[in-house]
Amino acid sequence: MSMVQQQKQPNVSTPLITQRPANGIVNRLGYGLLYLTLGIIAIFQVYPLVWLFFFSLKDNQEVFNNSPFALPTSPKWENYTKVWTEGNISLYFFNSVWITTVSVLLTVLLASFVTFAITRMKWKFSKLVLGLFMVGLMIPVHSTLIPLFSFFLKVNLIDHPLSVVLSYTAFNLPITIMILMGFYYTLPREVEEAAIIDGCSIHRIFFQITLPMTAPVLSTTVIINMIYNWNEFVFINTFISSDKYKTLTVGIQNFIGQYMTEWGAIGATLMISIIPILIAFFFFSNRIVEGIAAGSVKG
Amino acid sequence: MDKVMSNKLVITLYVLPALLLILVLIYVPIILTGYYGLMKWDGIGEMSFIGLENYTKLLKDAEFWKSAFHSFLLAIFSAISLIGYLIISLILAGKIKGANFLRKIYLVPMLLSSVAIAQLWLKVYHPTNGLVNSLLISFGIDNPPAWLAEPNLVLSALFVPIIWQYAGFYILIYYAALKNIPESLIEAAKIDGANAFQIAYKIKVPLIAGVIKVTIVLAIVGSLKYFDLIYVMTGGGPNGSSEVMASYMYQKAFGTYDFGYGSAVGFFLLLICLVVTWLIRKLTATDEEIQY
Repeated sequence: MSMVQQQKQPNVSTPLITQRPANGIVNRLGYGLLYLTLGIIAIFQVYPLVWLFFFSLKDNQEVFNNSPFALPTSPKWENYTKVWTEGNISLYFFNSVWITTVSVLLTVLLASFVTFAITRMKWKFSKLVLGLFMVGLMIPVHSTLIPLFSFFLKVNLIDHPLSVVLSYTAFNLPITIMILMGFYYTLPREVEEAAIIDGCSIHRIFFQITLPMTAPVLSTTVIINMIYNWNEFVFINTFISSDKYKTLTVGIQNFIGQYMTEWGAIGATLMISIIPILIAFFFFSNRIVEGIAAGSVKG
Repeated sequence: MDKVMSNKLVITLYVLPALLLILVLIYVPIILTGYYGLMKWDGIGEMSFIGLENYTKLLKDAEFWKSAFHSFLLAIFSAISLIGYLIISLILAGKIKGANFLRKIYLVPMLLSSVAIAQLWLKVYHPTNGLVNSLLISFGIDNPPAWLAEPNLVLSALFVPIIWQYAGFYILIYYAALKNIPESLIEAAKIDGANAFQIAYKIKVPLIAGVIKVTIVLAIVGSLKYFDLIYVMTGGGPNGSSEVMASYMYQKAFGTYDFGYGSAVGFFLLLICLVVTWLIRKLTATDEEIQY
């Protein structure tokens, strides 16, 4: 506070340029400190992952006898081949891929239908329906878990991947619609209007004109949904019990329970589960950043 | 044109599938949670109506209030850490080279699953070979604590990976909001002789007040329903010292098959989340949206 008051003293009309040379060293020191702080935070955010990668290439002897900060002496890539072939990791990986893909496609398609109907078409209850989707953003998943479990039990979908796919879709619809809405409002209506005058059917307008125009925002929602579904834990842990339907998130949990002591194998398993997301982030980081920002700020 | 665009059959066809999904899988369940809370039920056998017994038991359940207190501590911690994220974002948004790159680096943990994060941090906290204790031993501390096994330390220890996971997310939100402030406003303040601190404190922060409000809601409500990481890392232990509301609900329903009581906890959690959201929005209500 005292700093603020001191700074108020100089006359406003003092040319700012004359102050600069005197502050040069202070500025440089200040910038140095800022970068140091930002760098330390960056190391804090990334080093645990680097460390994970290192111990995924070590064997137990190396883990327990050498410093945990040491590089792997001779990288044990066989840790990866071992967990991929011996455990069920490849099966879990495949399940993660297809369950994520199906849920993402279903969510994005249904959300596009709803957003099109709400922003482009005229009907009495559009505000109410939009409200229902938006309130859905605030519902904690855990408060729905017991009724969902008993519902899926009744319709014989417990231990069936459909229960997970439907839950992912329902719970991701609100956020997906929210991200899509922002984009739909910026789209010009003229093209659609011209198409109607030409006698184009509404389904053709949606599939051949509007949907292709939303490609940029669709890719954002696809990636955001992909990250959510790939990492989801509570639903799959509660609804699925057989190994043949488990995804990586619960699969690695079991696997690690069985091989609690083999650090290299655990590291390799964890790396396998996070590499696809890291690759996606590497290629689409701008879209992901935009999507996360768009999906949260308006909430 | 209106005739085509208000075709009731098409609207129904486009909206109904998604609407049915959220009604059946979100709205009906939250009502049923409250209803099941009135039942004695093991999840499979017959339900029997016991009135408000579960709810009155909940109010007197010391274990539940302990878990609620832990959730509340997490919420307070998270809300306070927002100040740090805001400061970092102010620095990043202040025309610093490499800001974009750093912001993306910070976001990386946010992309990983809670299970992977939990397993990784279990290793980081490993009593003898973990990163934390190896570092402490190399500094000459001979008997560093087994962080996750100490009832007094476990909650603080769990808070570090939670910060690690979400820091990038909040920094990203603040950064995006700060970048939206028109340069002309900052220039005007500079001409009037304001320094960097004054600009940050008196101009930038008030201008993104709406976004800050949203992040407070997200951080607090997010903490109240926090589950995955704690469930995997400690399962609420040792001896309930890291139990939170959602893990308590999960343990009651899917651990001891007391679905009626678990539902009561779940319904309470829902009410708390909704009330807290409403309360924060009310308390931090700004009279008008900022226009620039």
